[in-house]
Amino acid sequence: MAHLTIVHRTTADSPVFTEDNLKKVEELKQRYPTTQALTLPVLWLAQEQFGYISEETMKYVATLLNVPFGHVLGVVSFYTMFHRKRVGKHHIEVCTNVSCMLRGSAEIAKRLEQKLGIQMGETSQDNKWTLSEVECMGSCGSAPMVAIGEEYYENLSVEKLDKILMDLK
Amino acid sequence: MNNQHTDENITKWDKVILPDIRDLHTIEVYQAHGGYKALQKALQLKPDEVTEEVKKSNLRGRGGACFPTGLKWTFMPRQSTKPKYLCVNGDESEPGTFKDREIFERNPHLLIEGTLIASYAMGITTSYIYIRGEYGKWIRMVDKALAEAYAAGFVGQNICGTNFSVNIYTHKGAGAYICGEESALMNSIEGQRGYPRVKPPFPAQNGLWGCPTTINNVETVANVPIILNKGWEWYSKVGAPKHPGPILVGVSGHVKKPGVYEMPTGEPLLEIIYKHAGGIPGDKAIKAVIPGGSSTMILRGEQLEGVRMDADSLKAAGSSVGTAGLIVMDEDADLISVIARIAEFYYRESCGQCTPCREGTGWLWKILKRFESGEGKLEDIDLLMDIANNIEGNTICALGDAAAWPVQSMIRRFRDEFEKRAVQTGKIREVAVA
Repeated sequence: MAHLTIVHRTTADSPVFTEDNLKKVEELKQRYPTTQALTLPVLWLAQEQFGYISEETMKYVATLLNVPFGHVLGVVSFYTMFHRKRVGKHHIEVCTNVSCMLRGSAEIAKRLEQKLGIQMGETSQDNKWTLSEVECMGSCGSAPMVAIGEEYYENLSVEKLDKILMDLK
Repeated sequence: MNNQHTDENITKWDKVILPDIRDLHTIEVYQAHGGYKALQKALQLKPDEVTEEVKKSNLRGRGGACFPTGLKWTFMPRQSTKPKYLCVNGDESEPGTFKDREIFERNPHLLIEGTLIASYAMGITTSYIYIRGEYGKWIRMVDKALAEAYAAGFVGQNICGTNFSVNIYTHKGAGAYICGEESALMNSIEGQRGYPRVKPPFPAQNGLWGCPTTINNVETVANVPIILNKGWEWYSKVGAPKHPGPILVGVSGHVKKPGVYEMPTGEPLLEIIYKHAGGIPGDKAIKAVIPGGSSTMILRGEQLEGVRMDADSLKAAGSSVGTAGLIVMDEDADLISVIARIAEFYYRESCGQCTPCREGTGWLWKILKRFESGEGKLEDIDLLMDIANNIEGNTICALGDAAAWPVQSMIRRFRDEFEKRAVQTGKIREVAVA
């Protein structure tokens, strides 16, 4: 995390939370003694609504929580799960850490790059796929695995993976 | 090696953390099997008496450090003008560890009941269950169980008609291994970057928002209702005397049946591998095991005879119990690739605060990548050792040590693997022979 290059991106959208999300923010305030503590949960709400965290979104969150923009930027750039740019419709994350590696994750990773025509860390031109190599996902007992969105696909083989990809529209 | 481990040798164990009960994750089934009885029992005792039960049970933390849980609870001030907090650590990001996930999925009410009892014992009114962001699905399972527990009057105001009140909330991480370190976890709950804090002050004096705080692992907390139900005498006699109780062992890598197995502590590693996990595919020999998650020291297959899954036995063998995430590697495993991947992990996950860790983890990774591609030199082996020794003990938190230990132990126990992979030049060979 500390090794990622920080790039400022400006986008034209001006994000505003839905009524539902604003209500959730009020509920969250009951859980913590400071509004700063809402930074992570509110960024999660933002990512769910907008798909990724733009600079405009960070400014919006900063205003909403009455914390400095720099604080929000600091948090977003620290945690790997907050996306600074758009991800494809299907975000495929493949674990290559030890337990998965011992059970063939390299083959899974290679197959994904081949099938989708993109490298790790890239998004396909049609915005359908984003492919990421990730650290241990806690799926060691059912390795190798990929996560697609929040769903875990475990005990994978190349054949099983092909079928999963085919079923995704 | 395989034949001597017969089914009769396997310890018979009636599972208590993850019993095979259908729909145990629902409050109805949980209560039908005695759920929330331990809470009611605890509420009839004084808070100090509950802590005393846990202390006498000898329960030790299941997150990796094996610290006595009851003793940790006594560090919390009895009287405090500030609120007190409990953080339940479900960050579970140590490679090879996948046990807490089973608790979230199969027995979330046990975790909630444990959190309630711990909160009562320490006079805590707000508890956070911190769960890694990748476990979105499992966070929803815990949230659902929490909603059931609130509705049933076990969580919230005036629990079970007493004047004890506590709120429990889940807090979602966002992809950072370091947030499993207790002070980084507190910073993460406070809404900050997950930087570990300098200790002292310790969390029990100055934790979340400067208030007294205790951090316990999910599995540790899940053991608490069992102690209350069965009594400390029973609990302290389960498994290894100095590190008693049930333990969730996650077996992964080259075994026929990988998965999470509940057993008493002190089970021989070979029994775990051959009996619980079904042995090695193709009946190959074991080259190496990592006993407790990627940061624990690697052991050679030949040295496993008599080594048991408990703190003392693994310490004597030159490793540690860690999170009991047992990673098995067969005779054909490429250990250089394994250690290069582990080094890459710590490099990526270093928070960057301390120079030895921030820089050193990257150097370790780069040199190990050289070995992996056959370009390492013999003198690099000592260089790796030197770098690892200069990270160990020189950082704010234990991530530095966690990065150093696997490299140090791999070199100490598998120097031959490095030598075989090193660039073979005449000059360097001479040095090696001399």
